[in-house]
Order: sequence, then structure tokens, then C-alpha cells
Amino acid sequence: MELIRPNTKIDFMGNRHYAYAFTAIMLVLALASIPIKGHVRLGVDFSGGAMIQVKFNKTVDVDHIRKGLEPLSENLTVQKLLGSEEFVIRMELPEEGTDKLSQRVQGLLDKEFGKGNSEIRSVEIVGPKVGKDLQTSAIWATIIALAMLLVYMAFRFTFTMGLGAVFCLVHDIVIVYGFFVWTGKEFNLTIVAAMLTIIGYDINDTIVVCDRVRENLKIMKKAPLIDIFNISINQTLSRTLLTSFGTLISVLAFLILGTSVLQDFAWALLIGIIFGTYSSIFVASPVVLELDRVLPVKRG
Amino acid sequence: MMQSLQWRGALIAVVLVVSLFFVYPSLGPVPAFWEKYLPNSPVRLGLDLQGGLYLTLEVQSDLAVEALTDQTISEASSLMKEARIRYNDVVRTSPTALSVYLKEPEQEPLFDEKVLDKLHSFKKISSAPSDKGFEIQLELDPKTVESVKQRAVKQAVDTIRNRVDQFGVAEPDVVVQGTDRIVVQLPGLREDIDRAIDLIKRTARLEFKLVDEKGDVAAAEKGDMPPGDEILYQINRNPRTGMVTKTPFLVKKQILMTGDVITDAKPQPDRGGRMIIHMDFNSVGAQQFERITGEHVRERLAIILDNRIYSAPVIKDRISGGSAIIEGAFTPEEAHDLALVLRAGSLPAPVKILENRSVGPSLGEDSIRLGRNAVVLSMLLIFIGMAIYYKWSGMVANIALAMNLLLIFAVMVSPFLRATLTLPGLAGVALTIGMAIDANVLIFERMKEELRAGKSTRAALDAGYNKAFLTIIDTHMTNILAALPLIQFGTGPIKGFAITLCIGLMVSLFTAYFVTRTIFDYAFHAKQIKRLSI
Repeated sequence: MELIRPNTKIDFMGNRHYAYAFTAIMLVLALASIPIKGHVRLGVDFSGGAMIQVKFNKTVDVDHIRKGLEPLSENLTVQKLLGSEEFVIRMELPEEGTDKLSQRVQGLLDKEFGKGNSEIRSVEIVGPKVGKDLQTSAIWATIIALAMLLVYMAFRFTFTMGLGAVFCLVHDIVIVYGFFVWTGKEFNLTIVAAMLTIIGYDINDTIVVCDRVRENLKIMKKAPLIDIFNISINQTLSRTLLTSFGTLISVLAFLILGTSVLQDFAWALLIGIIFGTYSSIFVASPVVLELDRVLPVKRG
Repeated sequence: MMQSLQWRGALIAVVLVVSLFFVYPSLGPVPAFWEKYLPNSPVRLGLDLQGGLYLTLEVQSDLAVEALTDQTISEASSLMKEARIRYNDVVRTSPTALSVYLKEPEQEPLFDEKVLDKLHSFKKISSAPSDKGFEIQLELDPKTVESVKQRAVKQAVDTIRNRVDQFGVAEPDVVVQGTDRIVVQLPGLREDIDRAIDLIKRTARLEFKLVDEKGDVAAAEKGDMPPGDEILYQINRNPRTGMVTKTPFLVKKQILMTGDVITDAKPQPDRGGRMIIHMDFNSVGAQQFERITGEHVRERLAIILDNRIYSAPVIKDRISGGSAIIEGAFTPEEAHDLALVLRAGSLPAPVKILENRSVGPSLGEDSIRLGRNAVVLSMLLIFIGMAIYYKWSGMVANIALAMNLLLIFAVMVSPFLRATLTLPGLAGVALTIGMAIDANVLIFERMKEELRAGKSTRAALDAGYNKAFLTIIDTHMTNILAALPLIQFGTGPIKGFAITLCIGLMVSLFTAYFVTRTIFDYAFHAKQIKRLSI
């Protein structure tokens, strides 16, 4: 069985200018989200605050819960989880402290909905200090990952390929970030883990192409670099698509089965993989090609 | 070739057997002989999967330093009295510095000899006349400050460990994070989470001080405080009406004795059926208590816990025997908890909760089911996909994939690592499944290419594996590099994700490359298969 017919010759690099336009539009769209929608909605991991998950054994509505909990904080949001009578309550840390917060919440819920009708399933309270620390670690984790990959690529391949790869990863991160701002989904530690997975995953695609380029450079000593890239991308295309499908299947399992936390994780991966597959072909390779005039790829 | 096949087959067999051996205890209860003689470490579930409590505490170690300075003030005062040095005042000017005001500047050399020499960790930084007297400024040297802080954190960890050991959870974990933070993890803690938090963060500093009966409480409350005194409150709650009354007491600041000498504390009902706490002291404490009670007969001794007076009985007579009781209108739970913290010892400084995550057991069960289903579903879909697309070769990859899954769990539960499985960790497993097939896809696509180029089956097989080898190493290495920075996220679920991902990737090098290659070689050599089904 063949997904891509052998000897397929799509002129990826010849048409790279269309790709530039598309990439630019997507990046602008992603970045435009910030002035339009404001920054991404940070989860309690990063912003600090309290998040409480409650399950009811009868049908209740969001406004009712919010009203019941008003004495605790005026500034709280209640979100219903899909497919069950479960709710996530988020609030800023009450001024009087978080002592016995879950008891207080349970007390108010019992008063509003009757004893035994609700169950607190999880409580997360993150102080502002820890939130800041986690933000810093998240940013550093991303920077360190990118730096290590740049060094690794430069060492194993060429410096421009490293640059191309990192540029393509930054592109993916920006797109996923923009997706989270546009959709208003919550950005938390789990999403950072997803981002780094996307980084690891997307660089695979780039490496496979670069590997083939390196091999073809030895075989086709006289061919122009643009042809070598085209051939290499075509040769590895079926692998690129197959692996993307394979990983998307794993992600799909989480989209179908997951609760909201894992669903957001899966959404990040879904967007990341789709755009990552695109960018490894249309972002990473063109960077090497354009930089070839300044920093030529060594041949022979 | 046959020989190499034999040892490769043997290696795979050994790895399989060892893995099954490690994984077996996680599948269900083990037979008696296994429990007795063989490694029996079922998979360790993270807090998010079995429920429990995760706390990050900050030890306010500055306050421990402050306490040392305060203690030095009372030490300096009594040394000066002993040496007949006349002084106006001794005050703390910052957490690490104090000022002594002498009446006569000529006594400075005497002060240096008799007092300063004995306060080892303090250095004189200046001395000059001031309007309150001749001022000598003393400061803690920075090294001592550091060591006091470090000791406070270490001691806090020990105390908290003592306390959580009594909660009856299987694997409590208390570790220092950074310089002044403590992470407490209590997996499997099911009920009374708020009460557990209370117990952990309670300073539980027990002090005995004298009540100043000559002083005027009302005047002191208005600000006219007799020197060397302070106001502390007794808080009583009427068990029937729930009314809370706050009684002020004027007590002498000097601490006669602390709770460090307690060897045991038990809740007990008294004759009237109310709960009291009975404490036993060690021999030093017993002597101290006997001396104090002997010296202050007919005075009132305030028993103070965390700056709150519990009772202030009149000392009727010298008390020997080394025990005392605390009265207060305790509920049985309060009495139990109080006795527990007294037994476990006090924290050297108060702690602040920075992060508090708790998960109920029912959510944990849901998460396990969800994670397992997701892993099974993605596995199933990929199995079918591989079998359809790559036919028999796909089946070979599937065998490797199944083995990959087994090995991940085996490495995780192995006694060397004992990693914790979290929900993001299960996501990591599901993702590894997606990525592990990448290696096989790379190899198979390469083999197809070589076949199309007209190579023989055998040559295509070799070329596929050889040419894909470096690429596979590169892709795995970069994935691990990207996951590594996540491990620094302390002990949380994210670390679980990064660890499973890294394990999965390393294992997949073995299964997707080595195992599949061995199977192919076996098929071609031992079974003389001529055509590649791919």
C-alpha cells in the first residue's frame, strides 16, 4: 500500500513564496490575537489562585453555583465540564487566606444545594509566588530546549539547518499560543508540557528531511541545493504524513475520551502537529535555502 | 548470522522475562511466596491518580533568625546583671542586629569581656554615645544567619516527617525544594485533608511563662506596658452556645521552659469527662520543671501554645515527676491533634502554604480509567493502521510496540527507578506509542524505496535498517532533549510526563530497531522467507 506514489515530484521549494505568504498570514493571525483578545488566559499554575472541581449528583446550573459561592469571592468563574454534572470553580485567593477553603466551599454548597449533593473532587491553590516561579521555569524550559536543539542540530547537521529548525519551532509555538488566545482556552503547566512535546515531535520531521538532504548532497554533488531539498522532501513525504497520522491517532484518543484538562492538552498537540508538519516542510527548509547565499551549506 | 541471532533472541527473551517479573505485582495481588522472596513493588500512582495531598510550604526562616536574636537579648541581659554592668535597655534593631545601651561608657571593656565573648555568633559593629545611653551595636555574622536558616529548614522537614508519619498513608514524602521550601506529598490521603494541613503547618511551640499579677492588664492593653511584659490571650469557646470569649493575660516575656523536653503527649479525659493533654518530660525537663515550680509557688504559670494561653493554673507546690497537663475545652479531635503535634515536636519557625493541591479518590479513579482507555484506544487504532498499511511487517512493528509498552512499565516500576505514574504520564505513554511507530515507519519506508530501486529483499532489509539508523538516533535524541527541561518541574505531574516520555523513547530504540530487526532476520534465515510483506 502506498500513501504517496513513488517518484512524486511536488515542487515544494519552487512554490515556497506562496508558503511564505501563508506562514506570514498565520503568524500575523496568531499574534493579532494578543492586541485583540488580550493575553492568554493563564491557569492557576501561573496566575496563582484557587481552582476547585466539584461534582453534583443532580442537575444544577452555573449561575446558581456562582450565586451560592458569592460570600466567598465576587470574582469567581464557574465552568461546566462536558458530559457530566461536574464544574470547575476558579477564583482569586480570598483575602482572608486559604485556610480551610475547601471546607468553606463545601459548607456554602451544602447550604445552597443540600447536604450530600455535591462532592469536592480536587482543590488546587497556588500562591502568587509559586505562580511566578512556575512561569519563569516554563519560559526557561522552552528556551533551554530550543537552545539545546540548536546546538545539537548545528553539531550533527549544519548551523543553518539548526536555525531553520529553531525558527520552525518558534513558529509552531507562536501558532499554538495564538490558538489558545483566540479560543480563550486556559494555558497551564500541562500545556507547557504539550508545547515541549510538539517541539520534540516537530524537530523529528525537520531532522528526517535534513538527514536526507545530507545524504543526497553526497550523491548529487552538482545539483542545486533547491533541487536537493525538493527531492529529499518528496522522498520522505510518505513517512512525514504517516507519522503525523499515527501521532494524531494517539491525540484523537485523548480528544475523544479526555476530560477538559486532557482535552486542552490534546488540542495543543493537534494544532502543533498539523502546523508542525507544515512548518518542517515550508518553514525550516526555506530558511536553509535563503540563508545559503550568506551561509552556504558545505558540500562534498 | 545464526549465532548472532541466537544471542539476540536470548537477550530479548531475558528482557521480556525480567520485565514481566517487575510488572507482575502491579497486575494484582501476588502469591505469598512472591511477597516473601521476590521484588514486590507495584506501580506507584501519582497524587492525581490515587488522590491525596500536595503542599509546598515556605519556612519563614527569617523568623528563626529573629528568635535567635531575641533569645540573645535575654541572654545578654542576664549576663550583664551577673557582671554588674548597668544598662538602660537592650533592643532588637533588625532581625539580625541588636543594640545595648550602657549607663556608663567606661563599662564597655567589661561588657566586651563578660558578655560579648560569650555571645559567640554576634560581632560588635560600632559603639558610640547616644541619647538613650552608650550604644553598642551587635550583629549576627552572616554565616550564622545562613546556618540558622538552613537548620530551621532541616528541622522543619524532620518535624513534619514525624507528624505525617502518623497519618497512616503508605508513602509520605517530605523533601526540601530550593533553599527554604518544603514539598509534602501524601498520596492516598483520603479524608480530612483540611485537618491534615492544619496539623502540618502548626508551629506547635509550647512555652511556659509566668503571669504578672502585679501589673494592670487594662492599662497594658491601652499601651502602658510594664517593662518585660506582654499581653497574650486565652480563647475559650463555650461548647454549648459556641460563644467565643477572649481573656487577656499580662505575662512576663521571659520563657521559663519550652516544649522541647516533651517525650510523650496523650489525650485523656479528666474526672469531669473533659479532654486534657497529659505530657511527659525527659529528665532535663523534669528537673527544670521541678525548679521552676519550686521557685514560683503560689504564682500562676501560663501554658502557652503558639502564643495562645491554654491555661494558667496557680502553682500549689513544687512539682516533681516530670509531667504536666494542658487543660482547655478541647473536642476529642482537637485533643488528639494537639497531642500529636506535641509529640512530633515544634517547627523552628512558622511555615506558609504556597501551593496546595488535593485530589479526591473518586477523581483519581476516573482519571485512571480515562488514561487506561486512552492508551488502549490509541494502541488499538495504531495496531490496525500498521497491520493494514504494512501487512506482515506492520505486525512485526506491532509486536515491538506491545513490547515497548511492557518495557515502559517495567522500567517505571523497577526497584532502581520507582517512578510515579501520573495522568500526564499516561498521556506520555500514549504519545510514545505514536512516536515509537515513527522509527518503524522510517525503516519500512526506506525498505520500500530500496525495493523499488530494484534491490533484493535481503539487501533492501539491510539498507533500510542501516540507512535509517542515524536518523532514528537523531530523532530520539532531539525528543529527549526537548523533554529534559520538563524534569526540573519539581515533583509534580509534569515531571511524571517527562520521565515516561524519556523512558518510552529510550525503550523504543531497543524495541523498534533491535527487536524488529531480530524478528526479520529470524524470518529470513531460520524460516527462509523469500518475499517481504510490506
